[in-house]
Amino acid sequence: MDDAKPPVAFAELSVTFSGPLVTVQDVGRPGHMRFGVAASGPMDRLAFDAAHAALGNDAGQTALEISLGGVILTCAEGAVTVAVTGGDFVVEHAGKMTTSWTILTLHKGERLAIRAGRAGSWAYLAFAGKLDADLWLGSSATHSTSGFGGGVVQTGQSLRIADARLRADRCGAIPQPDFITDGPVRVVTGPQDQHFTQQALTVFQTDSFRVTGAYDRMGMRLEGGLLALDAALSIPSEPVVRGSVQVSGDGVPTVLLADHQTTGGYPKLATVISCDLDRLVQFRTGHAFRFRSVTRQQAIADTRRFLSNKRQYLDRIAVPRGTLEQRLMRENLIHGMILE
Amino acid sequence: MKPTFKAIADYAVLVIFATETSDEAHAHVVALDASITSCPPTGMIETVPAIVNLLVTFDPLLTDHAAVQTAIEHTLATLAAHQVSGVQRCVQICYEPPYSTDLDAVAAATGLSAQAVVNAHLAGDYRVLMYGFAPGYAYLSGVPEPVQIPRKPAAVRDVPAGSVIIAGPQCLVTTLTMPTGWSIIGRSSTRVLIGDPAHPFLFDVGDSVTFERIDTATFERLYKENSHG
Repeated sequence: MDDAKPPVAFAELSVTFSGPLVTVQDVGRPGHMRFGVAASGPMDRLAFDAAHAALGNDAGQTALEISLGGVILTCAEGAVTVAVTGGDFVVEHAGKMTTSWTILTLHKGERLAIRAGRAGSWAYLAFAGKLDADLWLGSSATHSTSGFGGGVVQTGQSLRIADARLRADRCGAIPQPDFITDGPVRVVTGPQDQHFTQQALTVFQTDSFRVTGAYDRMGMRLEGGLLALDAALSIPSEPVVRGSVQVSGDGVPTVLLADHQTTGGYPKLATVISCDLDRLVQFRTGHAFRFRSVTRQQAIADTRRFLSNKRQYLDRIAVPRGTLEQRLMRENLIHGMILE
Repeated sequence: MKPTFKAIADYAVLVIFATETSDEAHAHVVALDASITSCPPTGMIETVPAIVNLLVTFDPLLTDHAAVQTAIEHTLATLAAHQVSGVQRCVQICYEPPYSTDLDAVAAATGLSAQAVVNAHLAGDYRVLMYGFAPGYAYLSGVPEPVQIPRKPAAVRDVPAGSVIIAGPQCLVTTLTMPTGWSIIGRSSTRVLIGDPAHPFLFDVGDSVTFERIDTATFERLYKENSHG
């Protein structure tokens, strides 16, 4: 007897074009910093989580992180529903233009282009299914400098999605997060703040800093007032984290990001608190912003509030809206009741 | 040694034993690391041992800086020994051309013969200080004084994985093709990125390391075996 299971639905997308720094990312691989391995994972964790939540996926699974270079995919086999979140990118699907924060179904022969739009540096493309990707230390997150993990997406390659599903009940716009504070990027000062001049500390808190072109998954170099040290300082290399604001010998700050080195010898003036990193990474070259220092207690309180809001938001967008038919039916019922 | 504590953002504490490199401070880092990872405080995520300090990261939903600091202070107060002896690891090195790119330059700079540089390097007493720069880059202390040389003024690009490089008192076996300003004195057939999920990296911080000299033929045989094993 042939008791083979029915074929599992899959979709295959060919990468018609991929810009630089388009990578495979899952939630990341925390726990290996002691071996020189940063957690990697998405630059904007909120947008990444939203893409999966809106599709009804398990949190943290593999998706694509799309840079300003953009990507063009062509559906070669099968069909799959996808979510695009993050920034304000242009999304062109089967001849129709929309923007990121949308769910759509990609059918065989159709093209999906995602490219830089009005704002934002990173977009996420998640699939209703499992994107096939290489793992390293149990995670598909790409560490961009080594290429370990799922890897950098290359023009001409194929992406295979196992267990590809069609989710007509989820298609359409995804409500964007409404709890993100504008305003200065919050930091906790230290650990080497006491080695900077009083003027440097004032400049850091009052001047605006501009994002330079030296911005990738490892870090974001800024330009602004110079941050001078009191005296030449030589510290033994010490652990650094995502968000560390390290200052090089010429007084220029760099914020370390997802693929940061795990130890370094530059003095750190401050560290960006985790709930402001998603916002920071979406800034583009030329964008000017300010830092504001908060106490460690305030940092914890702010992050807890952010994470609570985030949880509620993800739960809200995880509820399917219903198919167009179901939605029309609902509208008619409501409409009918009002008429009565 | 009483450490100082620094809050890092909303999710870590840096435990600082000293501001200048010392064996004693590093021994304290390794001892605290071993103790705290075997019995982690509530909400701890990971620890990162370095030369004079230990980073302890935590989940801000489960704990905060003050609670983590209290737990660390408690651990320190009950720490039995401040000296944890790591495992002894052996690394095989081929010091012959074409792998010993800078050996002659190191010899010239130190006034020794190339053979004397190799012998001095082999005689060192090495310990794993910390990881950094890139995955699997383990910084070893212990390069003997006569062969300590400063970094080059500019980095050299595309230095192959497995290169044995030295600068000052430190030595490193690279794991990736990367630029470096350190002097390349040989190539190792020993893999630092083991690829074993249970123990993915050869060294733990605090391990001691000895080097064993191999010739080119042995290197090439072992290199093949190790990369296909």
